[in-house]
Amino acid sequence: MASNEQSTSNAPVEIKPIRVLIAKPGLDGHDRGAKVVARALRDSGMEVVYTGIRQTPQMIAEAALQEDVQVIGISILSGAHLGLFPRIVDELNSRGIDDVLLFAGGIIPDEDIPTVEDIGFLGVFGPGTDTRDIIEFVRKNAPSRD
Amino acid sequence: MLQAEINILELEAIINGLRNGDRRSLARAITKVESDSADGREILRQIYPHTGRAHTIGITGSAGAGKSTLVGALARVQRKRGKTVGIVAVDPSSPFSHGAILGDRIRMQDLTSDDGVFLRSMASRGNLGGLSEMATGAADLMDAAGLDVVLIETVGAGQDEVEVATAAQTTVLVANPGAGDEVQSMKAGLMEIAQIMVVNKADLVGADTAVAQLKTLLAIADHGSWIPPILKTIAKTDEGIDMLADEIQKHFDHMRSEEHFDVERRNHVRGQIIDLTRAILQRRLIATTANDSTLETLINQVAERQRDPRSAALELADVISQKWSEY
Repeated sequence: MASNEQSTSNAPVEIKPIRVLIAKPGLDGHDRGAKVVARALRDSGMEVVYTGIRQTPQMIAEAALQEDVQVIGISILSGAHLGLFPRIVDELNSRGIDDVLLFAGGIIPDEDIPTVEDIGFLGVFGPGTDTRDIIEFVRKNAPSRD
Repeated sequence: MLQAEINILELEAIINGLRNGDRRSLARAITKVESDSADGREILRQIYPHTGRAHTIGITGSAGAGKSTLVGALARVQRKRGKTVGIVAVDPSSPFSHGAILGDRIRMQDLTSDDGVFLRSMASRGNLGGLSEMATGAADLMDAAGLDVVLIETVGAGQDEVEVATAAQTTVLVANPGAGDEVQSMKAGLMEIAQIMVVNKADLVGADTAVAQLKTLLAIADHGSWIPPILKTIAKTDEGIDMLADEIQKHFDHMRSEEHFDVERRNHVRGQIIDLTRAILQRRLIATTANDSTLETLINQVAERQRDPRSAALELADVISQKWSEY
């Protein structure tokens, strides 16, 4: 350790909940799914920053940077995922953010899933997903912050 | 030992980056402070000499008073005046899951694409007593990173939140029209900590009554050389926000004036040290009782009504003091 500040607290209670950003890019305004996931993650003890709807890739990347989240979940129902997802990854990369877990939800056709995974989204969760599966996925794959 | 060296280099990089205004370093530093790690405390120790330039402003009030909207509006006005803005927005953690939904960005959408603004959401993380350390620590980091104004937003309910608000140099209390009972409850303490009072949502019925009530309360409250102004705002449409920014600036100038600087500065620092000490003691209390059987024994005795809770608490305090003195 860099310091010998034993005196500050003799049995440090370090608290590190997983921090997650949930965002909705593009123009569709249906955020029920995003809110359900946000709540489920909160109820499992995570801290969830919810950005609201109509986010640009740049806004999402900037929020991820400022909030220093370990995980980003993107909800999209408009069909623009193949256009927007690479731009989100580009914006993250341009800020040097290469250590976050990305996952997606919403309406993403099965045939697009391999492409979405190639772009860097490790998990894709469509309608009907059990939120417990998402929680488990995040717990298992979230990078540590130390 | 190699790991320790890597760690020191990492901290150095974060501190240097932060002081050069690198946003990623600032974000990472806040994470370390927020997790109450030894790294976080080391960063705070090293950057403190470089703080003191920013004006820290606490915004508090009950849930739904319009704090987030007001903070957003205030940030926009500060940006128009050429100032860079840091925001620490605290939302409560769930007492059940300890998780939190941090939703302040929803009300501050337009600020996300402004690189003169840095917004960090923070969960209150329950009753570990570290909220003021976390939030004011984050504010210090933003100060050291060169941001001109730092806004700290908390829900004004509970000791921790009030502490955070008072840790700021200027505290703004946000109330609403028609909240008669709330105004009554402000007698209990919030009145005394605010340097500026705002009746937000002033387009609602009862705004003038609320202002009048606050004036009456102020007349009997104990304030020093600064008399808190009472303003009406409609944050949603930016109404009254310019005037609020003016009053905030006036308070800053008042504080910085030769006549008041020493007293204000010392009072501020006194409050800060006491609050932080309380937080540390509270954490020690939690840590000590977690590893000690005394509390369990006392719980059994009181539950069986073999003794009263007050004498049990006194005994626990004695046992803890004894343990601490051994460190």
